[in-house]
Amino acid sequence: MAQAAAVAKQPAPPRRRRGSATPRRLPYLLIAPAGLLMLGFIAYPVISVFYYSLRHHNPTKPWRNGFAGLDNFVRAFTEDPRFWGTLTFSAKWVLVEVGLQLLFGLALALIVNQTFVGRALGRALVFSPWAVSGVLTSAIWVLLYNSQTGITRYLADLGVGEYGTSWLSDTATVFPAAVVADLWRGVPFFAILILADLQSVSKDLYEAAEVDGASRLRQFFHITLPHLKDAIILSTLLRAVWEFNNVDLLYTLTGGGPAGETTTLPLYIAHTSVDAHDFGYASALTTVAFVILLFCSVVYLRLSKFGGGDK
Amino acid sequence: MITKIPEATAPAPAPAHRAPEPPRPAGRRRAWDEAPRWQIYLPLSVYLVFTLVPFYWILLFALRPPGSTSLVPWPMTFEHFEKVWTERAFGTYFQNSVLVGVATLVTTTLVALAGGYALARFDFRLKRGFMLALLCSQFVPGALLLVPLFQIFAELRMINSLGSVVIAETVFQLPLSMILISGFIRNVPYSLEEAAWVDGCNRFSAFRVVVLPLLRPGLVAVGSFAFVHSWNHFLFALMFLSDQDRQTIPVGLNTLMSSDSVDLGALAAGGIIAAVPVVIVFAFIQKWLITGFSAGAVKG
Repeated sequence: MAQAAAVAKQPAPPRRRRGSATPRRLPYLLIAPAGLLMLGFIAYPVISVFYYSLRHHNPTKPWRNGFAGLDNFVRAFTEDPRFWGTLTFSAKWVLVEVGLQLLFGLALALIVNQTFVGRALGRALVFSPWAVSGVLTSAIWVLLYNSQTGITRYLADLGVGEYGTSWLSDTATVFPAAVVADLWRGVPFFAILILADLQSVSKDLYEAAEVDGASRLRQFFHITLPHLKDAIILSTLLRAVWEFNNVDLLYTLTGGGPAGETTTLPLYIAHTSVDAHDFGYASALTTVAFVILLFCSVVYLRLSKFGGGDK
Repeated sequence: MITKIPEATAPAPAPAHRAPEPPRPAGRRRAWDEAPRWQIYLPLSVYLVFTLVPFYWILLFALRPPGSTSLVPWPMTFEHFEKVWTERAFGTYFQNSVLVGVATLVTTTLVALAGGYALARFDFRLKRGFMLALLCSQFVPGALLLVPLFQIFAELRMINSLGSVVIAETVFQLPLSMILISGFIRNVPYSLEEAAWVDGCNRFSAFRVVVLPLLRPGLVAVGSFAFVHSWNHFLFALMFLSDQDRQTIPVGLNTLMSSDSVDLGALAAGGIIAAVPVVIVFAFIQKWLITGFSAGAVKG
């Protein structure tokens, strides 16, 4: 809240100006296109999801359609083991992905923030998977993991593992295999954002710390990390929401399999609505997903005291 | 953290401009530079292996003849590319993806520019609410709204038209783009615009002559995001486009992957076709991207 107050106190640009014909209507005209698009294609669909979550709606079973009260929610929480299974998997997926991406991203950003020969090339190469799409990432890792000519074949040539191993169709290996594939693409996201923020640390601080004889490790924990705090909180939150919602990679890499082992809640929702046409139930699950995301985000921002640092 | 650059400082030139570093005293380097070289090169090379092997793998599969198990793409062949481009219709997909990408870039940038300007330069009653809506929309995943969106586009008779994908991509790009752009505009001192008004410009021409040139790095960052994002994104195209000759590259890749016996050579070639435009875009803009971010984007 201190944050919001700080925003409000910023000097507001003067309202009336020479040269602006309709100063009061102009801002509304300017935000109108964006506002209308978002009303029509975000707000309205969201409201319709809430509406349908209270109804039975299934085009293949029209005789059941109608008001359902909280039936769909009761079904999710009490009768549907897949709901809990996919929710747990989502949580595991998000925590592991965001945690590892942050760790490696931070390390990489610190490294490529140094001055060294070949830095520009190093940065470009390190960041390069960032722009690669989820589908293309899947394609690449399908090539790497395939049982006939994938990496396992060459590992087996070296005596590691067995021929014909397919990491993506074995329930024991599919999770780490998918995690590594998504890490490959996700680490550069953190590396780029953290690097951008590192560049705004005042050099004087390090020089002063050095004069005081602080070791590099102490400098990291007392100067660098506090400076990065807000950027880290914000980027982990955005990334967590993104990892939770994004279905491209798992949809194409594992299809949620084997045996539903890697189905996240959004993937389950997509199957429920698109394949099973159970739109009422899918809407209820979507509503639950919204509420969980919102709740977790608020708790996270509160606990991490976002924006409350050195002002 | 809110970008702390006050709005009426003396006209500092570009938003992404950094003050030249003062010359360092000879023989003394910044403390942070003093990491031993091996602490840089060792972890960096390990990570580069992890990053580059997958890229090498896809190149290898795309360039070596079918059935080969050699680890070097030699003898080199382009038959996979020819096959995927013509037989698997990647030529058509490529065209569609370019159309969608460019249209999304243009609409996102224009709409976000207008909205971002309003947010940066005016104080109006709905502003707080609008900002809140922008932030909240970050939590609304397009993937979960597929069915209502499908119904809307069906109502508008836009199913199977590239326009539906352009609209959907634009809408979900808008909030972040607008926040970024308003941050960039805030970094341009208001006094510059005021000076232009005194010189006889109206608000629009002052914006065009004074602000727009300074926004270039920011616009490049936002525009390329929009392009790359829509180029890469696949769910909307998968859902809203059913005719094969309307589909985009990611959908084509997915089709290649989900067929019963995956043609790995074709998949690799298709993947490279999918990657080329993105790689080119990023090679061009990488420098601007970092400066664009540090110019307040992350902290805006």
